[in-house]
Amino acid sequence: MNWVDWWATYSTLVLSVGVYGMMALSISLTLSCGLLALANAAFMGIGAYVSAIATTTFELPFYPALLLGTLGSTLVALLIGLPVLRLSGVYLAMATLGFGEVVRIILLNLDITGGPLGLNGIPLLTQWWQVLLALLSTVIVLQCLRVSRIGRAFEAIREDETAARLMGISTHPLKLLAFVMGASIAGLAGGLNAHYTFTLSPGNFGFENAVDILTMAVLGGIRGLPGPLLGGAIITLLPEVLRDLQEYRMAANGLILILVVLFLPQGLWDSQRFRGWFKRA
Amino acid sequence: MATMLAQQLLNALSLGSIYALFALGFTLVFGILGVINLSHGGLFMLGAYAALFFLEAHWPAWIALPTAILVTGLIGLLIDLLILKRLRRQQAPHLMPMIATIGTTILMTSLAQGLFGAESRHFPLSFFDNASLTLGSLTLPYAQVVIILIAFGTMIVMGWLLKKTRLGIALQAIAESPRAAALLGIPVERLFHLTSFLAAILGGIAGILVGLSFNAISPFMGQPMLHKGIAAIILGGLGDMRGAVLGGLFLGFAEVLAVTYLSSEYRDAFSFGLLFLVLLWRPQGLFGATHVRSA
Repeated sequence: MNWVDWWATYSTLVLSVGVYGMMALSISLTLSCGLLALANAAFMGIGAYVSAIATTTFELPFYPALLLGTLGSTLVALLIGLPVLRLSGVYLAMATLGFGEVVRIILLNLDITGGPLGLNGIPLLTQWWQVLLALLSTVIVLQCLRVSRIGRAFEAIREDETAARLMGISTHPLKLLAFVMGASIAGLAGGLNAHYTFTLSPGNFGFENAVDILTMAVLGGIRGLPGPLLGGAIITLLPEVLRDLQEYRMAANGLILILVVLFLPQGLWDSQRFRGWFKRA
Repeated sequence: MATMLAQQLLNALSLGSIYALFALGFTLVFGILGVINLSHGGLFMLGAYAALFFLEAHWPAWIALPTAILVTGLIGLLIDLLILKRLRRQQAPHLMPMIATIGTTILMTSLAQGLFGAESRHFPLSFFDNASLTLGSLTLPYAQVVIILIAFGTMIVMGWLLKKTRLGIALQAIAESPRAAALLGIPVERLFHLTSFLAAILGGIAGILVGLSFNAISPFMGQPMLHKGIAAIILGGLGDMRGAVLGGLFLGFAEVLAVTYLSSEYRDAFSFGLLFLVLLWRPQGLFGATHVRSA
């Protein structure tokens, strides 16, 4: 198979690896701050719908549309983040899941989003290098964040929020920052996603998607940046690889999830484990 | 008009009692084990399919349905023994059991889909067909009466078990503090297994009742039910048994009345919008006491 054919067949898959890498990074950012927030799929949906409506209904060029999508999800995150982040642990998880359902149902019932049919005929505008650029920028920004004062503050909040507050870290604004940044990344990923899949439907951004994104981050490992990227790639490619299993394909997915949680709680990419392998005897 | 209202209230009662039953099992696991068991929706679906399996094997309903419920309970126990027990021993953060039980749900859904097909099925039971009691101008379908009786009967038995027996008191002690309970000589680990078993039984019964009520079961029925369960136990306060029952009933009434008098499209948005507001305003739930084990 030559390169052109290969790309025609697999371009969507390759672009999805990049986009879902961004999604896994986005949720790992909130997880790194100790927040079990499961609204990332909803933010991705907001970004996707806003930018797709911008390019189809309002015929805006691609870049302003992407920007609008990102801003849209950022703004929504800011609005719901203020009250919701007072919650923690499973309460936050439940509230964000509930928020995700509300977003899905709103997308399902509005006229401008095309209702249950979704949006069709979205122009194919996303180029591979744009996805790569977005992914690389995300990685660079997150890496800078991790080694900064803010990144260390996130870590402190995750380990012990009360202790972090006693150390003089203002936890609430920092948690909001992690939440909102995660939403911006998800919104951008959603905008990119909308413009290579041709169609959008509300079901793409529901509970299953939220769970998939969480799985990516946990499977890969959230201690570093390579983990979520690896997890995103695996979960995106797995259905293709397991195509022969047909309806039992998802069973393999579930089994992998269980085994990783039980036997590799730090995820596949655990730099500490790797260091252990190469330690001198 | 009054008849229509009465009929709707009856529908709401049967829907709400199923929600309440499901939510009771869901909140029981949270209250005792301190774990959000996201496979509860899967167990609910499994109960319905186990019943379908035994009924299609031409077992009489009075053997088939209890066997299906028992099988569901055993699968719930198995999940506890194989997965949750190990995570408890590792003292894993609460994210981990959530993800592992999502995994088991995906596994169960996929297996049900592979074995029974993705399309929706119905129980091969004829004695419910259109048979109904007539009370004045009100018609009571037998199926609905049976559902309400079974649901409330089960909840009353559970209530008695949890409030009046030594077992229930031991479980209450564990809910308060597993470590203190262990120091008092309560076999905590064994009661964790029992709780998982009981909760799965409640989930399985709810699944069978939904199958009877709508005469349709599908491999994907667990997910929407799980969402309702989450909403119900948050309305009632996480880990609060009485609250879960009230939350489930409330949700049933709210949904049926919202569909009747508002719009059907926003029914689910209504329950989740409510959930959202309750979490912000009273995270301990509408009916819950302020006591909350740190989650």
